Amino acid sequence: MSTALATPESGRGALTLAVPRGALFEETLDLLDGLGVATAEVRGSPRRLLFSGPDLGGGVERIVTMRPSDVPTYVEHGAADLGITGKDVLLESPSREVYELLDLRYGGCTMVVAARAGDDALEESLRRLGVGRVATKYPTIAARHFAATGRQAEIVEVKGSVELAPLTGLVDVIVDLTATGKTLVENGLEVREEIVRSTARLIANPVAHKLKAAAIDGLVSRLREHG
Amino acid sequence: MIHPLPPGTRDVLPTEMRELRALSDRLRVSFERAGYGEVWTPLVEYEETLRRGDDRAARAGVYRMFDDRGRVLVLRSDMTVSIARLVSSRYGGVQPPVRLSYLAHSYRAVERGRGQAREFLQGGVELIGPAGAEGDAEVVTLVLGALEEAGLRRHRIGVGDGALVRGLLAELEVPEARRDTLLEHLSRRDLVALEVDAEELGLSPSARDLLVSVPTLRGGPEVLDRAEGPVARSAEGLRALYELLAQTGAAERTIFDLGLVRELGYYTGAVFEIYDPAVGFTLGGGGRYDDLLGRYGTPLPACGIALDIQRVHAAQAAEERLA
Repeated sequence: MSTALATPESGRGALTLAVPRGALFEETLDLLDGLGVATAEVRGSPRRLLFSGPDLGGGVERIVTMRPSDVPTYVEHGAADLGITGKDVLLESPSREVYELLDLRYGGCTMVVAARAGDDALEESLRRLGVGRVATKYPTIAARHFAATGRQAEIVEVKGSVELAPLTGLVDVIVDLTATGKTLVENGLEVREEIVRSTARLIANPVAHKLKAAAIDGLVSRLREHG
Repeated sequence: MIHPLPPGTRDVLPTEMRELRALSDRLRVSFERAGYGEVWTPLVEYEETLRRGDDRAARAGVYRMFDDRGRVLVLRSDMTVSIARLVSSRYGGVQPPVRLSYLAHSYRAVERGRGQAREFLQGGVELIGPAGAEGDAEVVTLVLGALEEAGLRRHRIGVGDGALVRGLLAELEVPEARRDTLLEHLSRRDLVALEVDAEELGLSPSARDLLVSVPTLRGGPEVLDRAEGPVARSAEGLRALYELLAQTGAAERTIFDLGLVRELGYYTGAVFEIYDPAVGFTLGGGGRYDDLLGRYGTPLPACGIALDIQRVHAAQAAEERLA
């Protein structure tokens, strides 16, 4: 090899970080503040998506904001080196090739099976029709849960407020994420089964994890100290 | 008119084809010049024949069919197994080393809608005969040099030990039944699940820390010094490789990665993955597979690396954009 090279980039490369807008947004920015990353601009610009500077602090060069379910996509393709998203999102797209580095422990919520309070539509359907009908925004998690518990289910994917589906007779039960259970109660629903607990996770692109090892390890160890 | 193509396949039009051809030709010239003669094997093989080499490689095949006698044929998912079969059938009486190269399509199951190819063109080399670090160093140096001649400037190779993790789990006396789950966490680098499961195993604190630290041990040769206990033995082997790579100049592109676990099961020693900082995916990989030829009746150590030509091409294009 003829070209003179620096030692392998043992990873002082500055990082691009994917930050989820929505429920995890504020706590994620608080966390970044604690690491010395400048987030004032991100907080103050609800419609801007990309924030960059020579150094936003804490080894971060660029912050890109997006909906949480897009974070694994950007990280898998290397458009962001690191990202923060919910475990629910990772479970919903299990084939994404991203490394899960750290449980950040905030954004706690639970994936549940919920039904109209007091009705036994699911049991009735399973007994008489052999198949339950389930509405959800998380078809992978829902299908896996019903398969794992030995029940046949027809998964109906909806995009909007899933609470509506059992109220109108579209389905027997729903699978959805709940933090406080308030929305369920307000719509006359109750939790029947807990599927899995979810918290915010730090994920990494597999190539960046090697080529920017020092920068990533630095950030991870500061996050551990913080937690 | 829209006429659908099978998922994961696509057409190549003249501009791209010209560039792919130029890239392939350059790689082919580099391999040939180093004494790696090009071979061709049938695209279809008996599933039984591939399974004899590697069950996972046989199962990774995405297209299966019956022939007129009812035997199961599969489009190969990987060239290495076919080359092991070829060496055993055609080079039985030849004195090793045998140096072979190929430029050929393979077919692998990939989830739909991911924009990833099921049909992919690989260019690669296999070195049969030389054992250990010496063989590894020859292959690594050749492939890194070939990529440079093909116009890449910033590429790197990740080097690990394919036998490390399995050996470590055995050495830490992790119950047989739990090993596959832990291997899965390690290979996906789900460090959160790894930590939780390691906690549950009731290992000693030092054993637990060792297990959890393996997937984070990556970087220059200094990570080899950080290896402890059973991991230090793997590090010793990799240090021998590093010293040879330092002589050929390939060391400066080498990243040691003790947590590197390759998807296919036939690797027994060093394992490799090729990266370029311009793109977020691996460009290829390989490793040492000392037991595979024995399964076809010719027990010889061997080592190889395959490049995904279209991914290397994408990295070339991305490097040019950044330049």
